[in-house]
Amino acid sequence: MHVMFFTERAYHAVPEDEVFKIRSFFGVPNKFFDAQKGSQLLNEYIDEKIMCDELGFDGLMLNEHHGTPFCMGAVMDVEAAVLARATKRAKIVLLGNPIPTVANPLRLAEELAMIDMISGGRLVPGWVRGAGSEQLANNANPAYNREYFDEAHDLILAAWTRPGPFRWEGKHFHYRFVNPWVLPLQKPHPPIWIPGLISPETVKWCAHHRYPYVALATLLKPTLEMFNMYAKIAGDLGYQAGPENFGYLQPVFCADTEEKAEELGKNFLFGGGFSHFARPEWMFPPGYNSKEATRRLASQAANPNLPGHGLLDHDPENDAELQALKKSLYGTYPEWLRQSQMITGTPKTIVPKLRHVLEVLRPGIFSFWLDGPAPLKDRRRCVELLGKEVLPAMHEIGKELGLTDPFQVKPGSRQLSNGKAEAVGRADLIAESTIGA
Amino acid sequence: MAETSHQEETFRVGETELRVIKGGQGKPLLVFHGELGFPGWLQWLEALAKKRTLWIPLHPGFGKTPMASWIMNMRDLGAFYARFIREQKLAPVDVIGFSLGGWLAAEMAVANSGQFGKMVLVGAAGLKPPSGEIMDMFTMTARGYLNANVIDSRNNPEFAKLFGGEQTPEQFEAWEDARAETARIAWAPYMYTQSMPELLANVAGLPTLILWGKQDPVTPLSAGELYHQKIAGSKLVTFDNCGHMPAVEKPADFIKAIESFLG
Repeated sequence: MHVMFFTERAYHAVPEDEVFKIRSFFGVPNKFFDAQKGSQLLNEYIDEKIMCDELGFDGLMLNEHHGTPFCMGAVMDVEAAVLARATKRAKIVLLGNPIPTVANPLRLAEELAMIDMISGGRLVPGWVRGAGSEQLANNANPAYNREYFDEAHDLILAAWTRPGPFRWEGKHFHYRFVNPWVLPLQKPHPPIWIPGLISPETVKWCAHHRYPYVALATLLKPTLEMFNMYAKIAGDLGYQAGPENFGYLQPVFCADTEEKAEELGKNFLFGGGFSHFARPEWMFPPGYNSKEATRRLASQAANPNLPGHGLLDHDPENDAELQALKKSLYGTYPEWLRQSQMITGTPKTIVPKLRHVLEVLRPGIFSFWLDGPAPLKDRRRCVELLGKEVLPAMHEIGKELGLTDPFQVKPGSRQLSNGKAEAVGRADLIAESTIGA
Repeated sequence: MAETSHQEETFRVGETELRVIKGGQGKPLLVFHGELGFPGWLQWLEALAKKRTLWIPLHPGFGKTPMASWIMNMRDLGAFYARFIREQKLAPVDVIGFSLGGWLAAEMAVANSGQFGKMVLVGAAGLKPPSGEIMDMFTMTARGYLNANVIDSRNNPEFAKLFGGEQTPEQFEAWEDARAETARIAWAPYMYTQSMPELLANVAGLPTLILWGKQDPVTPLSAGELYHQKIAGSKLVTFDNCGHMPAVEKPADFIKAIESFLG
């Protein structure tokens, strides 16, 4: 089992009310960014990752967002480059580079090759379409998002594996001289993993490419349904999906006492957390969704039912409304815990909860997710406890449950037994109390 | 009074089945709808249908006519309709274009002004406004954009008839189709052709009427004035206390201006 650590590298010094006012992290004016504070935080986050490497985490997971205090890693390859040199052992897992928003995929191929070189072959690149807001922040035409994604993916792999120089005359990308000198150390190219929020289109695409699919803190039941969709497609393609094909990211908050851990966990909801607020005009820019996804959304948009709209159907118009909104948002905290969307506790109480998640989903890849404003010493203590006490237990459970990771079993290399795909995970173990909507 | 009958017909243009709403009687008048699709049978259509046969094509990718993936910019869309006009033997046809549809008409006139008899541009996109900016529909919801098109979305009966009440799932889907296709064509630069001021020299000789709301919040009046300046012999008519939809906001004045121009 491959166990990673992840954080959004948030800028929590932003006044929370500014986020509530517009019910979105994206779009908060950057006048609220203090460069001194930002510099301090970015270095703390890098130090934290180095600490994780020393504690024995298998992977250091990074991601990327633009124009938002939710995540300061606007160019995660820069952070990955620092970690490539400053860490010794852990994989540097990028989930993922938003390739449709990168105007020059060849440059990205070169950046990643350099990171793989410097890290001594520890890079795991991944690709995402990018959230809706990323298309706006990078002025990447969302109507061509899928086409950019597919073509940029093919171009990057070609740049890494096809002898140059060659020409690339695609629909969206055009190069007269593809011949990157620095190529990845890992051959034929670094292993690729794909994160997602269980969109069927992406799951299908991963199954076709035999790429491990990492579900990002989604509810257990629909996550397992998607894993099984992957496994079914894999079966149709002639292979059996195993734990090495799946990953799961989960917010986990560990402390010396239950109370402290719960306090840390509650802060995860700062500013609405990662999923409570979403402005449709930024989440769903034109053409970003497939026709099918638009149809699914149609009924919701007619009766606004986006996350957070259940709490208040308009932006707060005065302070009383804002405070009431904040109160109702933090009031959702017990529900998060009930649905296993977040796990809190001491190492002793956390491990059985994690075991349940691992038994249900049977992922070969797991990442802890730590976020929310907290004093540095509490963050560091959480990481220390996770690394020293929880991580070894996870490895043991992984062994016991046969949760092979992509470095132990090549994803897509398993044979079908009797020519038929077997279901993955254990839907029967999803406790009634953890079944989400 | 009963509406003039109008119905949808299908015409093949290359590989695409183009849906066209047709109604009225007399000489054809081609109507190019804007970036949120064909809004519906408005008063001015009813008035014009008495003397003209209205041809209102529903642009590819806007829902009813399927998307044509080769159409990636306004020149491509213009070439699509040039073929349609040629194959239907409509040239020289009078044309009226609204907003994005005005840009389309201008782009076609620039390529071949002989395919049109007379041209009417209404709050047309296509030019970078010398002052002000074109309102960005892509950072708003379709509904928010629509409401912001007119000066008073709450107290306009024509607007209420078309867009009032709760947004239906069908409306949402149609608007999302329209937004997606507009993005394919007009994402950046947003809603204009960089070289348009120079290209408009090729429109000389085509009788052109430019209609604009003085307070247009979507395409600022400065763009209308630039069209007027660059198209030799064109006429600019503005409507006071009017936004981006004079056909909806000032129907009587709008109809009068068009009728007196088209004759």
